[in-house]
Amino acid sequence: MDATLKKQLEVTACKIRLGIIEGVFNAKSGHPGGSLSIADVMTYLYFAKMNVYPDKPDEPQRDRLVLSKGHTAPALYSTLAQKGFFPTDELKRLRHIGAMLQGHPCITIPGVDMSSGSLGQGISVACGMALSGKITNDTYKVYTILGDGEIEEGQVWEAAMFAAHYKLDNLVAIVDNNGLQIDGKVEDVMSVYPIADKFEAFGWHAISADAHDFDALEKAFDEAETIANQPVVIILKSVKGKGVSFMENNVAWHGSAPNKEQYDQAVAELTAHLKELEG
Amino acid sequence: MADIKKIATRESYGNALAELGDKYENLYVFDADLAAATKTGIFKKKFPDRFFDCGIAESNMMGVAAGMAATGKIPFVSTFAMFAAGRAFEQVRNSIGYPHLNVKIGATHAGISVGEDGATHQCNEDIALMRTIPGMTVIIPADDVEAKAAVEAAINYEGPVYMRFGRLAVPVFNDPATYKFEIGKGIKLRDGNDITIVATGLMVYEAIEAAKTLAQEGIEATVINIHTIKPIDKDIIIEAAKKTNLVLTVEEHSVIGGLGEAVCDVLCENYPTKVVKIGVNDEFGHSGPAVDLLKEFGLSAENIVKTAREAVKAK
Repeated sequence: MDATLKKQLEVTACKIRLGIIEGVFNAKSGHPGGSLSIADVMTYLYFAKMNVYPDKPDEPQRDRLVLSKGHTAPALYSTLAQKGFFPTDELKRLRHIGAMLQGHPCITIPGVDMSSGSLGQGISVACGMALSGKITNDTYKVYTILGDGEIEEGQVWEAAMFAAHYKLDNLVAIVDNNGLQIDGKVEDVMSVYPIADKFEAFGWHAISADAHDFDALEKAFDEAETIANQPVVIILKSVKGKGVSFMENNVAWHGSAPNKEQYDQAVAELTAHLKELEG
Repeated sequence: MADIKKIATRESYGNALAELGDKYENLYVFDADLAAATKTGIFKKKFPDRFFDCGIAESNMMGVAAGMAATGKIPFVSTFAMFAAGRAFEQVRNSIGYPHLNVKIGATHAGISVGEDGATHQCNEDIALMRTIPGMTVIIPADDVEAKAAVEAAINYEGPVYMRFGRLAVPVFNDPATYKFEIGKGIKLRDGNDITIVATGLMVYEAIEAAKTLAQEGIEATVINIHTIKPIDKDIIIEAAKKTNLVLTVEEHSVIGGLGEAVCDVLCENYPTKVVKIGVNDEFGHSGPAVDLLKEFGLSAENIVKTAREAVKAK
């Protein structure tokens, strides 16, 4: 990847992480761990990959993203705010009464392509969008992000069958494999492994990559574009809570907000990292 | 009346889709391995490129339809009522209802008139389930003429619609030359001062027949066809209640959560009136020929006459 672009993406990802912490702290609830683990892929998609138009959020030929793991809405909102769909100040009102930003993604928010949050449902919707595009030869692509725990839902595999059956090669599913779900480690709660083999058995092309390396992300998404007549899944090995030292790989941060002290520490860490990046 | 033409509303649904497919090029149809039974197969035969089988995976089908609608197409999804409203309830609620997407759900084989397949497939709960979803329109056509008109009205309406069709062939009593369908507008089929019979779906014809018998006994019934349970036509119900001060609701659905409760909701807030409900009384169905089951469960003109007679006497 071009070094300048890579640096820009790293800066943007850090700002998105700051927005996630800002949102969850002010909401006094929410899901920081899984939001932080997808911050880099969200950055890559919205700032290096997808054709989206903040001034025309409903442009028919825009690429679409369905956040199937909808509880990580803070990552989506922070990304959309950074991209200019709405002011970053909105993040401070996340989950508040009367606020635009709902606890889980809502289709009425500029830039949000689908309401989601009930696990397993987003991938089906993404399939419908992709099929629709195939039918009328539209040029847009559809991305959907699933949690590794989420793929325990049976509907995910109904959708997996459907996508392969209808050869939806305009669809890319991303599995955020941070290895943790609410009750503990994925392999202890209900193992989903081996993830790639399962999708391959369902007729998908599977790619594995490091979730926090923009070169690896670029390589994975470039490979995805070479695949015809098959849907693609990119399994991203990620760190839950990535970027905030005390949240990393700690399941306690799946669904709880930082207190003032923790918030200050998280902001200090991320701000220091941002300064370092901006040199 | 023995010569009256009978058509199952599922057949009307399939025919309507096929007939309207030319006029509405943006219409697509999904089914979950039941195209022969739901009659979407009629559309499939004519428009194979606009028909998509989802296999036996109703939950995914609802989501796929939501995605199609989110990109501006008009998807119809079909399966049995049990699986559309029951199995996929949460997908309908969260992927279709909450984002208020333009998905049309054509649910067939509703009620106990499914017949021999028995209780697992006889859905008497779908009206209750669907009408609790904010913004969902719920339509239950009474015959072939109404079913076809309802399908076109649903296409021209922007938003989610649940349509309930039956397996059993039922009398075609509406005149296609004069019939007009409007979502949310009930139809008064008969005027009378003694009792108001509010019916929906295949029970509308039974209500008309019952009213004729009651008239011979000197009991004059107002008969109202509520083809749209949601949004319900409050005015027509309140007006009739004011005239008759007695209401009898008739539906091929549980007495919990269906037409009867919807009518009670309207009346208790606006014009408290005694309401007697005929429906499936909080029990499961069982196997048997549809016509016999309808009789057994009291879903017949005979039982409407008996119940109305007693209610009028007790007035």
